[in-house]
Amino acid sequence: MAGKAVMAASGLNCHFETEPRCGFPAPGAEIFQFDAIFTFTIGSLQVNVSKVTILLLLGAFIIVGFFTYAFRKPTLVPKGAQNLGEVGYLFIRDGIARDVIGKGGDKFVPFLMSFFFLVWLSNLWGILPGAQIPVTSIFAIPVAFAVIVYLTWVPLGIYRQGFVGFFKNMMFPPGVPKPLYILLAPIEFISNILVRPFTHAVRLFANMFAGHLLLATFQMATFYLLSFTLIGILGAVASFAVSIALTAFEALIMALQAYIFTLLAAVYIGGAVNAEH
Amino acid sequence: MSLVAELSGSIGSVGFGLAAIGPGIGIGIIFGQGVQAIARQPEAYGVIRQNMLLGFALAEALALIGFVVPFVYGT
Repeated sequence: MAGKAVMAASGLNCHFETEPRCGFPAPGAEIFQFDAIFTFTIGSLQVNVSKVTILLLLGAFIIVGFFTYAFRKPTLVPKGAQNLGEVGYLFIRDGIARDVIGKGGDKFVPFLMSFFFLVWLSNLWGILPGAQIPVTSIFAIPVAFAVIVYLTWVPLGIYRQGFVGFFKNMMFPPGVPKPLYILLAPIEFISNILVRPFTHAVRLFANMFAGHLLLATFQMATFYLLSFTLIGILGAVASFAVSIALTAFEALIMALQAYIFTLLAAVYIGGAVNAEH
Repeated sequence: MSLVAELSGSIGSVGFGLAAIGPGIGIGIIFGQGVQAIARQPEAYGVIRQNMLLGFALAEALALIGFVVPFVYGT
């Protein structure tokens, strides 16, 4: 287990004020590594199932389950779970799809909604007791999400604007002096085709990674400072209070990042669907 | 090659500090102007907030790259 590795690396049996003394065992990138709970092979492919895999699948299952349950018998006047489901649906449809994509945005509501709730719940695992690891802080997962978005808007743009039109609209925005295109066209190409999917994934990943590391640092500091001396008690209480406040802050960041991820996906799709003429 | 100055220890955190200057200023400008715009025109709150968060996300990415790179290329 990762917990054991952390304990071995940090030596959780030493404190600041009591013997044996040690330096602060700051948590590092090793707290994001989980051993496989079980392993199976499909052909020559080895599949390691760890805590993170299970949480991701559980999250997807919960979301599918909830919305299937909420809309199993839709009534005109919603009540109970349907009410909650409709709030989520309207938030994505009116707040993101219609605002950003505009006309024809309704078609993408299921896509955006799946992303919003899956990313949100994947982030939220970081502060839910028992799970305590944001699934999206493992780089492969935001990369997979960003690749799905990328493979949606690029073919969509080529389909809607034609192959030449898509790259022309992207690389040669109108209203710019002609000689400037020598400089502008390569920059636009690199920033749209290469940097965009990279930052889309890194933004989500780095926020969750940093947030988890921050929480782990203060939780670890609470334990490290804890001892029956004045400094020990004051330090541990202060550190614990900070970690509680940061948990609330993280809850905000998690919702915000899920919203931003979905918003950017909508902006990319909107740019592909409605070319600026 | 002559050595002018040397830095040892956690260089990645120094790099993150440098990488955070620009986005820090940018995010300050974005939210400052956003709040000003909302104060001038409260009925456009929805549109302003959305564009504010979009600009924030784009500026923030630069700082986050600075945060991640030391983990990737660190020794």
